[in-house]
Amino acid sequence: MYGGGYIQEEKQEATSQIDDAQKLAEFEARIDRGEKIEPHDWMPADYRKQLIRMIEQHAHSEVIGALPEGTWITRAPGFRRKLALIAKVQDEIGHAHLLYSAAETLGKSREQMINDLLTGKSKYSNVFNYPAKTWADVTVIGFLIDAGAIVNQVANSKGSYGPYCRALERICYEESFHLKQGHDAFITLATGTKAQHDMLQDALNRWWKPIMHFHGPPDKISEHTAKLMRWKVKMATNDDMRNQFLDMYVPKILEIGITIPDPNLKKNEATGQWEFSDPDWDEFKRVINGDGPCNAERLAVRQYVEEHGKWVRTAMMNPNQKVVIPFA
Amino acid sequence: MADDELIYGHRMSEWTGMGPIMEEDIAYSSMAQDKIGHALANYSILEKEFQTANPDKLAFFRKENEMMNCQLVELSNHEYDFSLVRHFLFDHADFIRYEMLSTSSFAPLAQLSKKIKGELKYHVLHADTWLTRLGNATDESHVRMQSALNELWNYALGIFEPSDFEAQLIAEKIFDGEKVLQQKWIEKISPIIEKANLKIPTSSSPVYGGRKGYHTDQLQPLLTEMAEVISSEAEGTEW
Repeated sequence: MYGGGYIQEEKQEATSQIDDAQKLAEFEARIDRGEKIEPHDWMPADYRKQLIRMIEQHAHSEVIGALPEGTWITRAPGFRRKLALIAKVQDEIGHAHLLYSAAETLGKSREQMINDLLTGKSKYSNVFNYPAKTWADVTVIGFLIDAGAIVNQVANSKGSYGPYCRALERICYEESFHLKQGHDAFITLATGTKAQHDMLQDALNRWWKPIMHFHGPPDKISEHTAKLMRWKVKMATNDDMRNQFLDMYVPKILEIGITIPDPNLKKNEATGQWEFSDPDWDEFKRVINGDGPCNAERLAVRQYVEEHGKWVRTAMMNPNQKVVIPFA
Repeated sequence: MADDELIYGHRMSEWTGMGPIMEEDIAYSSMAQDKIGHALANYSILEKEFQTANPDKLAFFRKENEMMNCQLVELSNHEYDFSLVRHFLFDHADFIRYEMLSTSSFAPLAQLSKKIKGELKYHVLHADTWLTRLGNATDESHVRMQSALNELWNYALGIFEPSDFEAQLIAEKIFDGEKVLQQKWIEKISPIIEKANLKIPTSSSPVYGGRKGYHTDQLQPLLTEMAEVISSEAEGTEW
């Protein structure tokens, strides 16, 4: 996973800085030629800033995304699922590790990024603010959220920043296995006992809205991204990615007898675009701004981890630190 | 042995997403996979060679008093200090056990042990590295390591609780026995503990019982949790 299908945008004006016009022209020419930008190359301040924000949010999404699935490792039914799930969640943490490293090449340290996550300054993918209530939720996440993320990540792996592209290529390679195990577990429930089938249907009903939110608000209401697309920071619009996802996965859901809780969902063959009910973009905004079912819990877990692991990090970073006994 | 690996793997897997640094998160998940894989391999030998129930049934559907793991592995993780010291104490014993069994007269186990000991080499290396660093770092990390060692020592001695078939296993050259294992373990870990600036507790009384199905109150909740999903449907249902 999980690579934030949608990355929170910042107001461009707030971050814009004046760059050397000639250098900027050379930079844009390189991007037009399809060259990769490397850490020591000149880049516009905004390019650096937007990339840090994007890669950082992606990394945070991997860390937070490990929580709803991770909690099912100890309950996974049978050796096969248990081993696959530990391996998958481990991969996600590994992706976070890779992504933090990629973001560090742009000048922000892992510690700073994690601090910003804990204080709520940086965001992560909105879907992880919803709970994984049953085993079927794990299969929905493993299949469909991973699938949504792959659509996004494959596109971005063709972007312009070398370290991020290389990280994404490796991540996509691993994700394709996640998708397979997710699909396999999804089919097993869909074609299993009645209780298993019902459990899956219930999970999909609950997850459909977050899935529709996954790639971000429709292009017509999302903020201006032309510059990011010109610089190949962002490689496809939210609507394009969502459409591609629906194209690939709606048939796979329907073919195994699971229904999708949106009577208006259908493909307009003339335009090639999927049409669907409004997935409640107000809720999306509420959740991303902190008022979702699990926002507080997710951050509380990370804060717990941070606090309880502090002595280990201190011991590694400052091994000579001694306890000072106060006089009174 | 399979029960040890299963229960310990379960505990290690609880660190996934919760480690003090990301690298440790990944390390514990990785070792948890190995342990659970070792449990599966051992249960598979039972099924194949002795026609027992299949591995899923053995792992997920047995009662607490049918589990033969030592009590050390079932204790809750507590904090990282406790988990690390347990990892150090258990994995050294585990590594030596599989090393001894790699020349066992029971061929399927000897073969498996050769493979497993190759993996455990890295678990031991990981434990040694962290123990010596944290034992020698800050006052706090040192005190935490020593306290955990004090707390876990008697449980660790419980790893070597002899089974009812000890004499037979030795006579048939299947396994040289728990006493030999314990001796090798002490010889191996003592210098590392010293290097970590820690002290082995002077008074010791092994916590036995695990190998006969007696457990702490921390095992049953683990088993209940482990079986929560799989036992919600009839045995043998595909998941």
